[in-house]
Amino acid sequence: MLKSDTWRAVLVSVSLLVIFLGLWQLSTPAPQAEEALSEYELLMGGADQEARVPSPSEIIGLAIRELSNPFYDAGPNDKGIGIQLAWSLYRVLTGFGLAALIALPLGFLIGMSPMMYKALNPFIQVLKPISPLAWMPLALFIIKDSETSSIFVIFICSIWPMLINTAFGVAGVRKDWVNVARTHELGPMQTAFQVILPAAAPTILTGMRISIGIAWLVIVAAEMLVGGTGIGYYVWNEWNNLDLTSVIFSILMIGIVGMLLDLALASATRLVTYQE
Amino acid sequence: MQPHFLEIKSLAKRFPTKDGELTVFEDVSFGLERGEFVCIIGHSGCGKSTILNVLAGLDAPSDGEVLMAGKEVRGPALERGIVFQNYSLFPWLSALNNVIFGVAARWPGWSKTRVREHSLRYLHMVGLKDGAEQRKPSQLSGGMRQRVAIARAFAIEPKLLLLDEPFGALDALTRGTIQDELLKICAETHQTVFMITHDVDEAILLADRILLMTNGPQARIAESVRVSIDRPRERGSIVHDPGYYPIRTHLVDFLVSRSHELSGSANSGAPGSGHQGPPRIVDPAQAARGASNAKDKASSNAIAQATSHTAGHSTSNANSATGYRAAESGSLLRAVNL
Repeated sequence: MLKSDTWRAVLVSVSLLVIFLGLWQLSTPAPQAEEALSEYELLMGGADQEARVPSPSEIIGLAIRELSNPFYDAGPNDKGIGIQLAWSLYRVLTGFGLAALIALPLGFLIGMSPMMYKALNPFIQVLKPISPLAWMPLALFIIKDSETSSIFVIFICSIWPMLINTAFGVAGVRKDWVNVARTHELGPMQTAFQVILPAAAPTILTGMRISIGIAWLVIVAAEMLVGGTGIGYYVWNEWNNLDLTSVIFSILMIGIVGMLLDLALASATRLVTYQE
Repeated sequence: MQPHFLEIKSLAKRFPTKDGELTVFEDVSFGLERGEFVCIIGHSGCGKSTILNVLAGLDAPSDGEVLMAGKEVRGPALERGIVFQNYSLFPWLSALNNVIFGVAARWPGWSKTRVREHSLRYLHMVGLKDGAEQRKPSQLSGGMRQRVAIARAFAIEPKLLLLDEPFGALDALTRGTIQDELLKICAETHQTVFMITHDVDEAILLADRILLMTNGPQARIAESVRVSIDRPRERGSIVHDPGYYPIRTHLVDFLVSRSHELSGSANSGAPGSGHQGPPRIVDPAQAARGASNAKDKASSNAIAQATSHTAGHSTSNANSATGYRAAESGSLLRAVNL
C-alpha cells in the first residue's frame, strides 16, 4: 500500500516535470534559420539581437557541458560551476561554523539561566530581525576585506536560529532528567554533556538546519553584492552577459546544493532524535 | 533512645503567596530503621512528594532537618536512589545504558565490563532479558520501563531507596507483578525503602509501617500504622490474614473521613501547642487479634489503650474510637470466615 503510494507519487512528479518542460520547450520558438552573421553580429560575439528565455533543451545542453568539466579556470570571469559553488560553500560553512561555536555555548548559558535569558533577550530581539545584508557596509568598513565580510554576513544571519533553538531546547529539558543527573552526583560539565546535550540535541539541530538554510539564501545575495567569486557572483555575472541559459542553470544548481545541505542536516537530526 | 537510621525532625515547607505564607506541611517528624519499608499515604496536595524530594536532597525544607546515619542531608547524593512516577529514563539510551549510566556514576573507577555485568545482573533481576535490555524506553511497555527505573535505582545500591508513586501509571495486572518483584528484591537485599503511594492494598502488601498524612494545607503525619503481618507476604494470600482487613479498614477510614477531620487541627487548637514529636503509633491488626481473643465487649476499652502507645494526648478520645472500629471490623472478618 505504502509502496504503491510512493510509486504513484514518483509517477505524478515525473509527469508534471515532463508536461512543464514540454510546454516550456514549445513556447520558446527555435532560433531563426542559420543565416550568415552580419559584420555587426560578429563584432558582438554572435549574440542574438533580442534576448529570449532559453528552451529547456538548451539548458540541459549547457548543464551537461558545465558539469562534465566543473572545475576549469579560464580567468576571473570564466570559472567552472564547481569552483563557484565551492567558494560559496566555503563561505557558508565557515560563517556557519563560527556561528555554531558562539551560538551553542551561549545558547546553553541562556537556556540554563533564566537571569541570562532576561538579560540578553532584548539584544537578541533587536538584532534578530535585521537583514544580514544591512550589516554589509559596516562589515566592509571595519573588516576592510570583502571575503571576510561575506563570511561575517553568513555568521550574523545563521547565529540567531541556532542561539534561540539551543536556549529553547536547553530550557525545555525535563526537570526529571536533570534531577536524575543531580541524584547521581553528576558535575555541571557531565550534566551538560551526558544529559542536557542529548536531551536538547533534536531542537539544537533543528535550529542548525534553519540556520544553514538561511545562510545559503543569504550567500547568493552577499556574493552578488561583493563580487569576485561564488555562485551569487556567477548568477549576476551571467545576467550582465545576458546569458539567461547560464542564469537558469545556476538557479537550478543553487536549489540542488541547498537541498543537499538541508538533507545532510536532516539526517543528522534523525540520528539524535529520540522518542519519548 | 537509639537514634533512627533516618531521622526527620519537625520538617516544614512554606511557600510565599500573595495572601501571605502558605504552609504545605509542618511538624513532620518520623524515623526509619535500617531495612525498614515505610509507605506514606495521603491525599493529593498534602506534600508527600515534597517530603520525598527533601529526603532526596532535591528540595530544601523551610524548617526542620533530615539526618541519615547521623549526618545531615544536604543536596542529592548517590546513597539515596529515587524512582519517579514517570520513569525518568533517558529516552536516547537503551535500557541497559540507562542502568549503566547510574552504575558508572556510582563507581567511576570500575572497568567497562564490570559496569556492564553489574548493570545486566540488576536488569535480569527485574526480569529484563532476551534482548529487551537493548531496546530504547519508547520500545518498552510502561511496566518494563518502570522495571528499568527500579533496576537503575537498585543497581547503585543506595542506603535509602525513595519511590515516588512508582506504580501509579501502570495497569492493575502489571502493577501486581512488579509489586511481587519489588517484594522479592527487598527481601533479598534488605533495602531501606520510603515509598509514596495512593494504593492502600499496595501499602499493606509492601510496608512494615504506613504513615498517614492529614489533608493539606498545614498537613502533618497523624499516625504511624504498624503492619503486623508476617513476611514473606504474597499478594494472593495476604488478604486471608486476619490482620489484613482491620488494617485496610483503618486506612480507608482515615483517608475517607479522618484525614479531613484532622486537617488543620493544629490551628483550631492552641497555636504552637499542636502535635509535636513523632506520630502516634497504631496497630490495627494487633488490636483485632486482641478483640477476637477477648470474649466480652468490655475489653475493647483495653484494646484502645493498647492501640495508643502515646496516650495522654488530647486525642485519646479519637484513639479509643479507632480501636473500637478496628475491633469491630476484626470480628466482622471472623464472622465472614466462619
